Amino acid sequence: MSVSSIYMITPSPLLSGLIWFIGITVVLYLARSHAHRTISALARVVHNAMRLSARAVTGAEQRLQQRNREVLLEQGREATERQIEREFERIDATVRRDLAEYPALHRHLSEEILKIDEDYNASIEVPPAPPGWVKAVEAVAKIPASKGDPMVGRVLEDIHQSLNKASIKAIEEYRKESHERHRILNRMMPHWRKLKQLLGQVDKNVTSLLQRSAAIDRHMENYEAIIQQSDSAVRMLSSSSLTRFFISAFVLAIAVGGALINFHLIARPLSEMVGGTSMIMGFPLNNVAALVIILVELTMGLFLMEALRITRLFPVIGALNDKTRVRMAWTFFFILLFLATVEAGLAFMRELLMEEDAATRALLRGDETAQFTQSSYLWITTAAQMGMGFVLPFALMFVAIPLETFVHSLRTVIGLIGVGLLRSLAWLLRVLGNGARYAGVAFNNFYDLVIFAPLWIERLIQQKRAAAPPGDKSQDFQEVAS
Amino acid sequence: MIRRLCNLLGLLLIVTLLSACGDDTPRTRGVYMLMDTSGTYTKELKQAQRVINYILANLQPGDSFAVARVDTGSFSEKDIIAKVTFDDRPSRANQQKREFRDRIDHFVKTVKGSAYTDITGGMLQAIEWLNESRAGHKTILIFSDLKEDLKEGYVRDIPLQLGGFKVVALNVTKLRSDNVDPREYLNRLAAWQERVESGGGSWQVVNDLERLESVLVL
Repeated sequence: MSVSSIYMITPSPLLSGLIWFIGITVVLYLARSHAHRTISALARVVHNAMRLSARAVTGAEQRLQQRNREVLLEQGREATERQIEREFERIDATVRRDLAEYPALHRHLSEEILKIDEDYNASIEVPPAPPGWVKAVEAVAKIPASKGDPMVGRVLEDIHQSLNKASIKAIEEYRKESHERHRILNRMMPHWRKLKQLLGQVDKNVTSLLQRSAAIDRHMENYEAIIQQSDSAVRMLSSSSLTRFFISAFVLAIAVGGALINFHLIARPLSEMVGGTSMIMGFPLNNVAALVIILVELTMGLFLMEALRITRLFPVIGALNDKTRVRMAWTFFFILLFLATVEAGLAFMRELLMEEDAATRALLRGDETAQFTQSSYLWITTAAQMGMGFVLPFALMFVAIPLETFVHSLRTVIGLIGVGLLRSLAWLLRVLGNGARYAGVAFNNFYDLVIFAPLWIERLIQQKRAAAPPGDKSQDFQEVAS
Repeated sequence: MIRRLCNLLGLLLIVTLLSACGDDTPRTRGVYMLMDTSGTYTKELKQAQRVINYILANLQPGDSFAVARVDTGSFSEKDIIAKVTFDDRPSRANQQKREFRDRIDHFVKTVKGSAYTDITGGMLQAIEWLNESRAGHKTILIFSDLKEDLKEGYVRDIPLQLGGFKVVALNVTKLRSDNVDPREYLNRLAAWQERVESGGGSWQVVNDLERLESVLVL
């Protein structure tokens, strides 16, 4: 039985349609109150379910936000503690280096000052003592019978000459002593300079300490804000975390580029060692071997950075006692050095293989002379390849620093994305819930629109009944029935 | 303790899977070249040498290559002039390529023309050798005018099993009779094409060897 045969009650499709419409309208009118209740109930169910889901999602979002906040503050606290610790270590190093030498410096300064003092004492000007016989001259000059006495005159003349001689001698002596004093004063100059230099060094050390203490003050302010869990601290940490995430991602992308170059440098020559035709999971064995070598180098680099306490991705290594840690650092370094040397050798091998390939191809092309032609600049590329093969493993070692930053900031970024997604989901659920609620109302109205004719008749009867005097309802009923 | 054990088991599982995934015959190529040495076609062998060198230059470690002559009875290992499966190590593979080239050079210098042309026998030998080589991509190159001339008593009406094979006819020269009636040439090509394709192989003709690099993809 086809749909059309069910539909065609009469031969006329229009009449059949009209009969169907009237029949359906009557059925829908009779079922109106039940249908309205069902539609409303369904809408309510969906609305409530969505509302409850939205509330649950909002709760989850708030919990995640709270968790993010805690993680962010914890990370910030840890980072600030680390910075403060580093600053104190630097101060400790400065104090140990400079203040440990302070007694020696003090002794040095005292010695210098003592020398200057001695020199100063040595350079004090002593006035020349007046000759003792001046008093004798005065006594001779006071002799009453001296005037006009040639004897006295001669004596005085002799005294005058002797006095002149003594004066000249005294002046020479004085000049000599003055020269000696100038020489002593001149000798004091290096001591003054040394003294100035030592005081400058002391000033520099003190300034450095002051700068460090200012940095510690700044870190301490941040630390206090983090401890107080202030919103500004959270905002600051969140912003700096995002910045660090993007910067570290950029640096990691550069490192991936370096790793790719490294890979191409060693993949081909490795086929000489492990063969190039066997496959592991669809990849040539030499490519897999090259990848493994690079990953081992990266791992060794990570461990070395951990052992040097530059990064803290593996707390177990950082927590080792210093002796073991240093031994491990040296072990990692030697493994890395060995791998770098191997890579340099492989890079050299690569160049040889390329040359051999080129020679074979030239030979097969019929260019007999090509295999004997060697470019004089070829050693540059060979050296460059070897250098890159040796340096890249050590360069990749420093990937540990951006990697650590990336891992730490990734937690924040994922948290923020999670919060955003949950918030969007909650909004969507609310929209859907309200949509379901108003859709129920709209469905009811549409239902009534379909059965507008019986509803209109019903309304007319109700109006009539409302207008009729009380007790005349039986008449109305009869009218309707007729 | 249990977690460590689980980690260890997981690691073992990964290692086992990795080792199980090893595949010795993934993308290796096998090329078998038939060189017609009958009658006047021996003059074309210099061209064949060029094709061989081109193929040698393009093959990689792990690939297989054989060159065989087409003579009176070609279904024989004795007709294989040189064959090689290149070593995994590129340096050794290069050495093998040079040795292969030297053998071909020697052959071209000392070759003597044969009285008959048994291309089908050569094809059967090629199929056998390439199947044994376990190459991933199998190619048969026929350097000939495709005019088969069998000695009396030789049965070559045998269907060729060429599923997964690519057959390339190179330098199919026109004979004097072809010039008189070109339909002979066209029919000859069509017959070989039908024979190869009915055997499950693909067919290609490359006559302009100047364009060999751009046309021939192994």
